[in-house]
Amino acid sequence: MSKVLVFLEQRNGIIKKASFEAARVAADIAGKTGSEVEAVCIGDEIESLEKAGNFSVPAVTHIKNKDFANYSSSAYASALAEHAQGASATVVVFANTSMAKEFAPLVAAKLDAGLAMDATAYQVDSTSFIVTRPVYAGKALIDVKITSPVKVLTLRPNVFNPGEPSGLKAAVTVKEVTKADLRSKVIETKKAEGKLDVAEADKIVSGGRGLKGPEHFTLIEELAEELGAAVGASRAVVDAGWRSHSEQVGQTGKTVSPNLYIAVAISGAIQHLAGMRSSKYIVAINKDKDAPIFQVADYGIVGDAFEIVPELIKEIKKIK
Amino acid sequence: MKIVVCVSHVPDTATRINVSGDGKNIDSTGVTYIVNPYDEFAIEEALKHKEKSGGETYVVSLGGDANKETIKKALAMGIDNGILLKDDSYRDSLSVAKALAAEIKSIGADLVFFGKQSVDYDSSAVGQLTAELLGMPLISVVVALSVEGSKVTAEREIEGGKEVIETTLPCVITTQKGLNEPRYASLKGIMAAKKKIIEEKPALAVANYVELLQMKRPPAKESGKIVGTDVSAVPELVRLLREEAKVI
Repeated sequence: MSKVLVFLEQRNGIIKKASFEAARVAADIAGKTGSEVEAVCIGDEIESLEKAGNFSVPAVTHIKNKDFANYSSSAYASALAEHAQGASATVVVFANTSMAKEFAPLVAAKLDAGLAMDATAYQVDSTSFIVTRPVYAGKALIDVKITSPVKVLTLRPNVFNPGEPSGLKAAVTVKEVTKADLRSKVIETKKAEGKLDVAEADKIVSGGRGLKGPEHFTLIEELAEELGAAVGASRAVVDAGWRSHSEQVGQTGKTVSPNLYIAVAISGAIQHLAGMRSSKYIVAINKDKDAPIFQVADYGIVGDAFEIVPELIKEIKKIK
Repeated sequence: MKIVVCVSHVPDTATRINVSGDGKNIDSTGVTYIVNPYDEFAIEEALKHKEKSGGETYVVSLGGDANKETIKKALAMGIDNGILLKDDSYRDSLSVAKALAAEIKSIGADLVFFGKQSVDYDSSAVGQLTAELLGMPLISVVVALSVEGSKVTAEREIEGGKEVIETTLPCVITTQKGLNEPRYASLKGIMAAKKKIIEEKPALAVANYVELLQMKRPPAKESGKIVGTDVSAVPELVRLLREEAKVI
């Protein structure tokens, strides 16, 4: 029986939520193609691998080596490709995170597999494998058909529903490997202290040039803190040096799809809209009633951000 | 030391995208094409490296004749040699990488730069695929880089922070905004570029594993409602977010 593998990503021994979304999709693809599904995790000590059972994956292989505790693109790609070959896997699924973006293509090249990155939908049966993915930062979508015997697929986080945990436990097999391909290795990880990243956040509050100066971003930060949201920024303010590029949302920044996106004093340049229009709910606060941001917003307030945002913070405090 | 930069020729990010009549590409009428923004950091880093340690630089692009514009821009910035791998047809990421890898191998590169992603197909995969096909280690989404002898240290951006990574030459680096400030082509550079000859050759023919069925517009988003036009609308906004959208 052919096999669908899903890669479970761990950082510091903890599995990422987006990996469980991928697990559910892998199980679904296995069901539709008459295959078995198996999860693969690479690391040293990892917590709660049996939890994959919650998401319809009954078996997990833990590829273990002390040198796998930290990510290494060369080591992870070699270990995963070797395992995929040994298991005669026909599909390998990843969540499209920083880690997978880097090493999923390495795995694809090793397996000589057709590759589709950052998928937002799929249509799969035993004869055809069609994937939908955004291009031009979401200004258009393409449907592609992967025709090679082995296929590698990465899924955009926050798009696929992992569903309710079933409570079932997966059987975990530990596979110790003796050698690690450490041609490239992480020697240090620098955390941006206490900061949520826009690429992973469930809520984002972004500010634009209408805030008039970097000092006024405290308003955005306060609102974000009240909501447990990440702080985002438009290209204009990043180019002006007010905020770091890691916060930039848009075609030359990050493409995001949180549940809630609040755009404050952002007019909505086409490259910004491309990066956030797939958010579930969009709120726009802008003085200019004709600003393009209102065309994609679910809820808008036409008004001065310096009046609206403090009031919004106050109202949200009330309901907490 | 031979340094190769791979570049793509893409629509300006300010472009409105319309799908062409055959439903497989964008309608290029009135579209301005530019050097892929992330590739400018790759070009700049190659030039900086040459200025520091010497060597010869190459720019390689795969595509139609229009890509010569982008190659010329790189030459005007200071890259020594331009190579166009000609192919007008659709290619998937792996078939692009196979053609690039064959060319890079024949050049005998020690250091290869790509932009971290091209802003057209957004796969963010060709640099990585090429690295693996060349058997070289890879560091992607790089915002700081140092090369001392054969030792390479780079910082790459990840969710909520950065990773510091070590590897050795030869290797492949994909570049992210923040790595450097790309220079403008000087008048002298532009004049010198005019004299440089772009070498043209057919791109290595390889099968696609990923077929493009159709390109389509994303589902249109209906305009929502304007809750109000001053601060008095805030309580209603909060109610909607809480009761209708259920997001707070």
